[in-house]
Amino acid sequence: MNYFLTEEEQMVREIARKIAEEKIIPVRQKYDEEGKFPHDIVEVMAQSDLFRVFIPEEYDGMGLSTLAMLLAVEELSYGCAGMALAYAGTALGITPVILFGSEEQKKKYLPKIANGSLAAFGLTESEAGSDAGNIKTRAEKDGDYYIINGTKQFITNGGVADIYVIIALTDPSRGTRGATAFILEKGMEGFEFGKKEDKMGIRASITSELVFRDLKVHKSQILGREGGGFLMTMKTFDRTRLGVAAQALGIAQAALDAAVSYAKKRHQFGKPVASFEGLQYIMADMAIKVESARALTYMAARNVDAGEKVADITAMAKAYASDVAMQVTTDAVQVFGGYGYMKEYPVEKMMRDAKITQIYEGTNQIMRNIIASQIIKRIK
Amino acid sequence: MNIFVCIKQVPNTTEVKWDLEKGTLIREGVESIVNPFDLYAVEEGLKIKEKIGGDTKVIAITMGPPQAKEALRDVIAMGADEGILVSDRAFAGADTLATSYSLYKAIEKMGDIGIILAGKQAIDGDTGQVGPGIASWFGYPQITYVKKIVEIKDNKMVAERLTDYGYDIVESELPVVLTVVKEINEPRLPSLRGKMKAKKFEPTVFTANDINADENRIGLQGSPTQVKKVFSPPKKEGGEKFEGEAEELSEILFGKLKELKIV
Ligand SMILES: Cc1cc2nc3c(=O)[nH]c(=O)nc-3n(C[C@H](O)[C@H](O)[C@H](O)COP(=O)(O)OP(=O)(O)OC[C@H]3O[C@@H](n4cnc5c(N)ncnc54)[C@H](O)[C@@H]3O)c2cc1C
Ligand SMILES: Cc1cc2nc3c(=O)[nH]c(=O)nc-3n(C[C@H](O)[C@H](O)[C@H](O)COP(=O)(O)OP(=O)(O)OC[C@H]3O[C@@H](n4cnc5c(N)ncnc54)[C@H](O)[C@@H]3O)c2cc1C
Repeated sequence: MNYFLTEEEQMVREIARKIAEEKIIPVRQKYDEEGKFPHDIVEVMAQSDLFRVFIPEEYDGMGLSTLAMLLAVEELSYGCAGMALAYAGTALGITPVILFGSEEQKKKYLPKIANGSLAAFGLTESEAGSDAGNIKTRAEKDGDYYIINGTKQFITNGGVADIYVIIALTDPSRGTRGATAFILEKGMEGFEFGKKEDKMGIRASITSELVFRDLKVHKSQILGREGGGFLMTMKTFDRTRLGVAAQALGIAQAALDAAVSYAKKRHQFGKPVASFEGLQYIMADMAIKVESARALTYMAARNVDAGEKVADITAMAKAYASDVAMQVTTDAVQVFGGYGYMKEYPVEKMMRDAKITQIYEGTNQIMRNIIASQIIKRIK
Repeated sequence: MNIFVCIKQVPNTTEVKWDLEKGTLIREGVESIVNPFDLYAVEEGLKIKEKIGGDTKVIAITMGPPQAKEALRDVIAMGADEGILVSDRAFAGADTLATSYSLYKAIEKMGDIGIILAGKQAIDGDTGQVGPGIASWFGYPQITYVKKIVEIKDNKMVAERLTDYGYDIVESELPVVLTVVKEINEPRLPSLRGKMKAKKFEPTVFTANDINADENRIGLQGSPTQVKKVFSPPKKEGGEKFEGEAEELSEILFGKLKELKIV
C-alpha cells in the first residue's frame, strides 16, 4: 500500500533497510545467542544520521517527522528488534528533553544524541510497573542540590546510554504530583548500574538496574518544573509508544515475508506447501493484520505531528500492532512447521522478540484502560 | 589539501557479457554501479580526512559519459565533498594510457594535491593500470595494493601493501598515488545528509578544453592499445569432483593415480 511518504521519509526508510539487510541480518543470530550489545551496529546507525531524524535542526539534527523516526525503527526491527531498541529506546529517553527541556538543556544534550550517544528513560521500579505512581526513588532537596536514592529496574540502554531521564519523588506527600524528572549523566558520582537482565527475546538490547546512592545533582538538572514529572512522563509515552508499534510492525513484516517465501520453497505431498489452501488463509490473515496495523500506526504518527489529541489512538496502535506481531510470528512458526521451532531458522527469534512489544511502555491491558477511559468519556 | 578518489562506473555484474562481433561490452539492461574496489578508496579517503581534519577535502573524479554522474552521486551520499565528471566526446575510445592521462590533467587542474586514491582494478576492464598510469604522468610515487595506511605525518606516509607472500611496509613522500584492496576497510553506507546532498548534486564537468588536454593524448588518438578481438576462453571440460573427509579423499586420489599408472 502506498502511504505517500515524503521524499525524506523514503530516504530514511531506504537507509534503515540497507542497514538491516547488509549489517544487521548477517549477525543477528550471533548477538541473540550471546546476548551482546551491538556497539558496532549503533555506530553504523549514527554514521548514517539516523539519530538526527528525531532531533530538531537547531541542535545538529534534521527535525524530520514522527513517521520518519518510526520508519527507521520499523526497518531496523525487520532485521532485529533487539538492535532496533538501542535506537528506539534513545528516542524514548530523549523525547522528554525535546518536549520539556530548557534551551540550555537542549543545547547541552541534543547534539550529543544527534551524533550517536544513547539515551534511556527510567521510571519502572520493583514495586512500580503498571502502577507507576508507586515509585519510591527519592530526591531530597539540599540547598541548590538534590540527593537521590533508590533503584530503577528493567531500564533499556541502562549502562550503554550517556544520558538518562529518571523520575523521582521530590515530595512524597503529594503522590504523583510530587514526582520530578531529572536528567542524569553516566559517570555521575553515586550513579551505578546493577543487575543486567537475561531475557527471553530482544537479547541484543540491554536491560538493567539503575542504582542511585546519595547521588547529588544540581537543580539545573530538573527537567520542566518540580512536581511535573508524572505529567511529562504521560505526555512522552503518548507519542513514544508508537515506537513500540513500529518495532512490532517490523517484526511482523519480517515474519510474514519469511513465512511466505518458505512456503513457496517447502514441498510436501509433491507440491509447495504454499499451494495448500489451509496455509494460504493463514498467510492472507497475516497480511491483513500487518497492513491494518501499519495503516493505524502511520496515521497515528501524522496525528502526533498535527498536534491532535493522541493518547487513545497511539494506545490503539501500540496495542494492536503488538498483538498482531505476536499472532503473526506465532503463525509464521506454524507455517515453517518443525523447522520454525528451531533456532537455525529466523522465525523462532521473531516470536520471542514479539512478546515484549505487548508488555513494555505500558502493557496492552494498560493500553486498553487508556482507550476505554477515552471512549467512555467521549461516547454519550 | 585535496584527496582525490578516482571512481569508475561499471556494469553491475561479475560476468560481463560481450558482443563478440563488435568486441564491445553489452551494456543495455545492465544496472551501473561504482566499481566495488573504488568504494574502498572512497572510504579510505573519508577516513584520512576525518583523521587529519583541517580543510582537507575528498574529491571524487570519474571519466565517462554524462550518466557517470550517478556514480558520483553514490559517493557524495557516502560523504565525498565534491565530484568531478571528466566528459567529452573527444575522450571516447580511450585506453588505459589515455584514461590515466585525462584523469591526470583533470586532477592537476584542481590542484592542492595530497593523495590520489584508486581501486586496485576495475571489475570490467580489469587491467589495474589506471592508478599507476596517473602516478607516472605526474611523476609521483605510487603504492599499489594498499591494505593499511599506518600513518600520515609531515608530508610523509607509511602504508602496508599486500603481496602474494605477505605484505610490504612502504614509506612515501606526498603527493602519492595509492591503489587499494578490499582488506583496507569496510565502506560505509550512505548517510541521510549525504543522500539529501546527492539528490541535488550536479558535478563539475571538465571537457578536453577545460583541462588543456593535448588532443594527441586523449580518446582514440591517444590510445596505442586497440582491442583486436574479444572472446570467452573455452570452458574447461571433463574432470571429476570428489567430496569427503581428508582420509577418504586421499584414498580416492591414490586409487586414481594408480589407475592412471602415475604411481
Ligand atoms: C525488556 C524490558 C525493557 C523495559 N524497559 C523499560 C525502560 O526503558 N524504562 C522503564 O521505565 N521501564 C521499562 N520496562 C518496564 C516495563 O514498562 C514494565 O515491565 C511494564 O510497564 C509492566 O510493569 P510490570 O512488569 O511491573 O508488570 P505489572 O504491572 O506487575 O503487571 C502484571 C500484570 O498485571 C496487569 N495489570 C497491571 N495493572 C493492571 C490494571 N490496572 N488493569 C489490568 N491489568 C493490569 C499487567 O497488564 C500485567 O499483565 C521494561 C521492561 C522490560 C521487560
Ligand atoms: C568507449 C570505450 C572505448 C574503449 N576503447 C579501448 C581501446 O580501444 N583500447 C583499450 O585498451 N581499452 C579501451 N577501453 C577500455 C578503457 O581503456 C578502460 O576501461 C579504462 O582505461 C580503465 O581501465 P580498466 O577498466 O582496466 O581500469 P583499471 O585500471 O583496472 O582501474 C583501476 C582504478 O582506476 C580508476 N579508474 C579506472 N577507470 C577510470 C575512469 N574512467 N574514471 C575514473 N577512475 C578510473 C579506478 O579507481 C579503478 O579502480 C575503452 C573503453 C570505452 C568506454
